[in-house]
Amino acid sequence: MGKRVMAVDDSATVRQVLQMTLEGAGYEVVEAVDGKDALDKLGRTSVDMMVTDLNMPNMDGIDLIKHVRQSPGNRFMPIIMLTTESQPEKKQEGKAAGASGWIVKPFKPEQLLAVIRMICPA
Amino acid sequence: MSSIADTFRDEAAELLQELEAALLALEETPEETSLVDRVFRALHTLKGAGGLAGFDVVAELCHEAETTFEEVRSGEHPLDRELVSLTLAAKDLLRLLIEAEFGGAPVDPARVSHLLAAFRQRLGETASSAGGSSLLTDGVSSGLSTYRIRFRPGPGIFRQGIQPQLLLGELCRLGDAVVVAQLDKVPPLDQLDPEECHVYWDVILTTAEDENAIRDVFIFVEDDCELSVQMIDADGLLDDAGDYKKLGEILVERGDLPEEDLEKFLAEKKRLGETLIAAGVVAGGQVDSALAEQDRVQRLRRERQAVETSDSIRVKSERLDKLVNLIGEMVTVQARLSQLSNGREDAALLAVAEEVERLTWELRDQVLTIRMLPIGSTFSRFKRLVRDLGDELGKDVMLFTEGGETELDKTVIERLGDPLVHLIRNCIGHGIEAPEARRVAGKSAKGRITLSAEHSGANVLISVADDGMGLDRDRIRAKAIERGLLAPQAEVSDREIFNLIFLPGFSTAEQVSNVSGRGVGMDVVRQAIESLRGSVEVGSQPGRGSCFTLKLPLTLAIIDGLMVSVGGEQFIMPLADVEECIALTRTDRAATHGRDLVNVRDEIVPFIPLRETFAVGGEHPEMEQVVIARLEGKRVGFLVDHVVGEHQTVIKNLGRFYHGVSGISGATILGDGHVALILDLPQLAERAEQREQVAWK
Repeated sequence: MGKRVMAVDDSATVRQVLQMTLEGAGYEVVEAVDGKDALDKLGRTSVDMMVTDLNMPNMDGIDLIKHVRQSPGNRFMPIIMLTTESQPEKKQEGKAAGASGWIVKPFKPEQLLAVIRMICPA
Repeated sequence: MSSIADTFRDEAAELLQELEAALLALEETPEETSLVDRVFRALHTLKGAGGLAGFDVVAELCHEAETTFEEVRSGEHPLDRELVSLTLAAKDLLRLLIEAEFGGAPVDPARVSHLLAAFRQRLGETASSAGGSSLLTDGVSSGLSTYRIRFRPGPGIFRQGIQPQLLLGELCRLGDAVVVAQLDKVPPLDQLDPEECHVYWDVILTTAEDENAIRDVFIFVEDDCELSVQMIDADGLLDDAGDYKKLGEILVERGDLPEEDLEKFLAEKKRLGETLIAAGVVAGGQVDSALAEQDRVQRLRRERQAVETSDSIRVKSERLDKLVNLIGEMVTVQARLSQLSNGREDAALLAVAEEVERLTWELRDQVLTIRMLPIGSTFSRFKRLVRDLGDELGKDVMLFTEGGETELDKTVIERLGDPLVHLIRNCIGHGIEAPEARRVAGKSAKGRITLSAEHSGANVLISVADDGMGLDRDRIRAKAIERGLLAPQAEVSDREIFNLIFLPGFSTAEQVSNVSGRGVGMDVVRQAIESLRGSVEVGSQPGRGSCFTLKLPLTLAIIDGLMVSVGGEQFIMPLADVEECIALTRTDRAATHGRDLVNVRDEIVPFIPLRETFAVGGEHPEMEQVVIARLEGKRVGFLVDHVVGEHQTVIKNLGRFYHGVSGISGATILGDGHVALILDLPQLAERAEQREQVAWK
């Protein structure tokens, strides 16, 4: 079984792209629709890496990253945030919260995989 | 032998320079139409050669610029500053596009699309959205560079979810890497926080990627880490000579060792690495890493040198040219020495002079041989051209080559490429018919182009023959009359008609295609061949095909000549043209009744008196000499006072002032410092023939 990645985004399209790309590269994907859903699922299942959007209802990505970094089992988990060109300041905020890296939307599947390979190889 | 791409690169450099010079001159004198022609031709040739060498984007860009300049040439399009600037920008971009294939920075496709659109807009077309970017491929750099990378992550890197070894692994994928871990900053166990990172790494990486690609690996951690990337070696970029830096220098360069410490420890004259570690100045890992760097770079340099010294050496061609020039000077001086020694009755001096003469000739032959290359490499360039053009035009064409081993002077070969491209394009574009038409004409559907080379005396004959429809005599004639190049009632031979196609601006193609039909080409061919002291002839048979024959001298620098004298003047005839010399007395000449004919073993041969031709003046001597030459199969004599003898002739070009003087191909300096003209015998014969015709009418 490949490594397990949690894909957190409120957009079904983005989740589908993440799922198809990652499963195609040998990862197992767990989906979550927002920060709250993600934390819920993290309590029940363990994952090797997380890819999360920043702007989401219920709990946004920055808060999610902070929570994840505080939970003992996930302190060193790689976390990639999905940012947009229009919000460069979010990148710094996310890094300060403990994100490992970022990908700017829209991205190509090979860009996503190149980043993941550096942070959490399959 | 260099690759097609290399050849094109050199050629393009010249053409781009010419393009720029012509454009700049055009800006100053926009009314000068010959400059428009120069710009046009440079673009045309670049397009052709670029397409052939597989530089499709270059060809496409040239095509648009060329089309614009064609409209300028025909007066349909204004020439303004903006167009000159646009074309200059295109020139710069073309250079970058070509260099990108040789390890230069890749060119943003948007820049190409932008320029293409600008040219198309000027032509009143709507810029196509695709813009040719589909043709662009990422530039792949071929040269390898070696980098020294030091990566010292911040202590909190683990808490960011990043594992440094993954980044190092990513770095290793970029090329051939040696990674040395540096442990000297790791605290003692009792003070160690296992959640922090204190190790740092030195990486020596040999890669085809650039520095940005290396830095990209560290993009997520660059704010919190120390990262230095330095290029320490590259193919052809850095000084290859000698050994790489010494251990101490490397450590100082890396900042691991203060310079003053180095001097101190060097003074101890012991093994530096051990001494430094023992003194605790530098950590063991740092020395290991510096040694790894030294080892890597030295190995790379040895490998490069091994390649270079295999079985041949590369010499800059300008050095070779210089050598040929020096030999030329030496031949001249040697001639003076021979002349001086002949004038004195000193046997010892004479012996030395003869020895020097023998050695000089041998040296001359050797040096000229170095410059000789087989023409086969040029021929093989065309296989691809023929294939691609055939596909493009829906014609099935095969290229056959003969005599590829024939050797020619390097300069001649280099300058032969373009004319041959033009000729082959014309054969495919105009000569070879479509497969259907060929079948109807009872020929095989597959067209045939034969490229051949052979020696003929001091010349090489190169021919491009096709088995197509042949030249259309009537159409060429009609076109020539329409253009005012020929009087409507003029009676001209087939040969003269065919030769009209070499006039500037002459094209009978009805549609401008990518291949031919712009009226540039044939005149360029003739000019290029004539500038090499050669000539071009065309023969054709309707339905059977046409054949272009280029006659080129073996070498441009030194020829074997026959020195003759008329009055006080000396002239040189190329010995290769000369068959024999016969004596002619005043009585013999009187017997011809002014018809200037001489009987050579029952063959009547006309002769040309050089005294009158060059208005030397003075009386004909009692006994004269007729030098019989064979020119294009016919024997022609030249009447001179004396035949002096064989002469090694170093060819000097005449200045621009003498350009277009027929009958003279150059000059040479004699041993005594006098200048002798080198005769162009075919031109002299042709001139005499014309005068004869006029006299008859």
